[in-house]
Amino acid sequence: MTLSADTLHPATLVPDTCAADGKTPLKAAILEKFAYVAASQEKTLAPLTDDLVLLESGLDSLCFAIIVATLEDDLGFDPFTEAEDVYFPVTLGDFVRFYERGR
Amino acid sequence: MSLRETLTASKRLASRRLWGVRASVGLADIARGAALSGADVAGRSVLLRVGDPLYAALALVDLDGVARRIVLCPPDLGDEALPGVIETAGVEVVASDGPPPLAASHLAFAPIASPVHALEGPPPAPIATEWVMFTSGTSGPPKMVAHTLAGLTGAIKPAAADAPPPTWATFYDIRRYGGLQILLRALLGEGSMLLTSPAEPMAGFLGRIARHGATHVTGTPSHWRRVLMSPEAAAIAPDYVRLSGEIADQAVLDALKVRFPGVPVGHAYASTEAGVGFEVNDGLEGFPAGYIGRPGEVEIKVEDGSLRLRSPRTAGGYLGQGVLMDADGFVDSGDMVELRGARYHFIGRRNGVINVGGLKAHPEEIEAVINRHPDVRACRVGGRRNPITGAIVVAEVVLRDGADEAQVRTEIAESCRAELAPFKSPAMIKFVPALAMTAGGKLERAVA
Repeated sequence: MTLSADTLHPATLVPDTCAADGKTPLKAAILEKFAYVAASQEKTLAPLTDDLVLLESGLDSLCFAIIVATLEDDLGFDPFTEAEDVYFPVTLGDFVRFYERGR
Repeated sequence: MSLRETLTASKRLASRRLWGVRASVGLADIARGAALSGADVAGRSVLLRVGDPLYAALALVDLDGVARRIVLCPPDLGDEALPGVIETAGVEVVASDGPPPLAASHLAFAPIASPVHALEGPPPAPIATEWVMFTSGTSGPPKMVAHTLAGLTGAIKPAAADAPPPTWATFYDIRRYGGLQILLRALLGEGSMLLTSPAEPMAGFLGRIARHGATHVTGTPSHWRRVLMSPEAAAIAPDYVRLSGEIADQAVLDALKVRFPGVPVGHAYASTEAGVGFEVNDGLEGFPAGYIGRPGEVEIKVEDGSLRLRSPRTAGGYLGQGVLMDADGFVDSGDMVELRGARYHFIGRRNGVINVGGLKAHPEEIEAVINRHPDVRACRVGGRRNPITGAIVVAEVVLRDGADEAQVRTEIAESCRAELAPFKSPAMIKFVPALAMTAGGKLERAVA
């Protein structure tokens, strides 16, 4: 079946950041970490879109602390501590870019 | 002067308010009225156990200068601690905005209600009320620390007559030392204040801060990191930003300066036991070495690596067991510092106490839970520095031969979750072959 633009329901046009394509290995690792920490801390995670506000993701400060620490162990760096610019990410997209820039 | 006398003497009282999460009260009404009813509190030891912090503020004004002792329960004090607290503090009356706690059903009860009702007759001459606060996150029975209003307010300078009245807001709960400081600053300094409660989301509180135009906003570095991660932070416009309660690192100080251009960002050193020590307003982490030995109301020294303070603002002592001061009157803060160049830097707490976003976790309490697992031979709990919460709790565990690591990891996590507050549960568990011991046979602990 071929889809033309006008047959698409608007909702299907929302970019799906969880789709396999368009997802860098780093981003995949970060999203996986969010899901893992949410499960282990018994939190309900909101759908992981780029514009998701981190504080509305269902995770608390402790969850973010664990995510940053375990990512540091996995990736070998922590952009919060190492970044030269003073910056705290607001959305999930900011968070991923923060790590991509910090590599 | 009692809190009520101070309020009554204010020339701007009519325009001043305390805003809670759901309601607000004018300070003129608070000064003229009473929220407490029921049992007589005059000259007695009163346990203040409230759900809504706004009621705590109302009751504090009622009780100061009237009660012999106020015991201010923090929001996370469990019911199981109450019998011990009641006995140690000689509690005679319980004041609450809810039903009387079961553990206190044998005591007189004073309900706290709003709206405040008019005081009957002229108030009696005020007496010196002892203010009892709890130290955060101690292992075992909670420690109670005795203050006076004069000591609690010793660091508060009188408001300049021509200064615009400040509106304070703090992310702290006012039932903790850091939050109470701000409430007292607002009450004594011709200000108004916004209170939050443990259940209020950050976005909601930031929205209220923006709507009410709070000018002086305070919290721990971990609170401020959450602010920096909030879209709603763009809407607030404080004139003054203050951090306390945890190590303020350069990253959070710099990020706040960028977020709030031109706004002074200061960090303060204070603790429940040592009182308000000093403020650092040069925008740098740590504090200048010149603070040591400088003349003034607060004397500071460093001994065996820890910061020690002597001042009229320190607590008078613990209720029950425990020695607060050394023979010279210095309080050992337990905060370890290191001199680098001309500046002291905070490096953590003695005895491995871990400060997770302002809440203190004792390794021994967590180790006891882990050690109960039949496959665990030994463990050591410590802190790991973290850019979000200052530190997180991590555990090293030695297993019996042949134990299944994955299974034990899950079971330890489950028992910690069941028995400990979330911030105390190890965020990471690492299995190690052995743990280093000191010559005395104790676990070696690094400064956390």
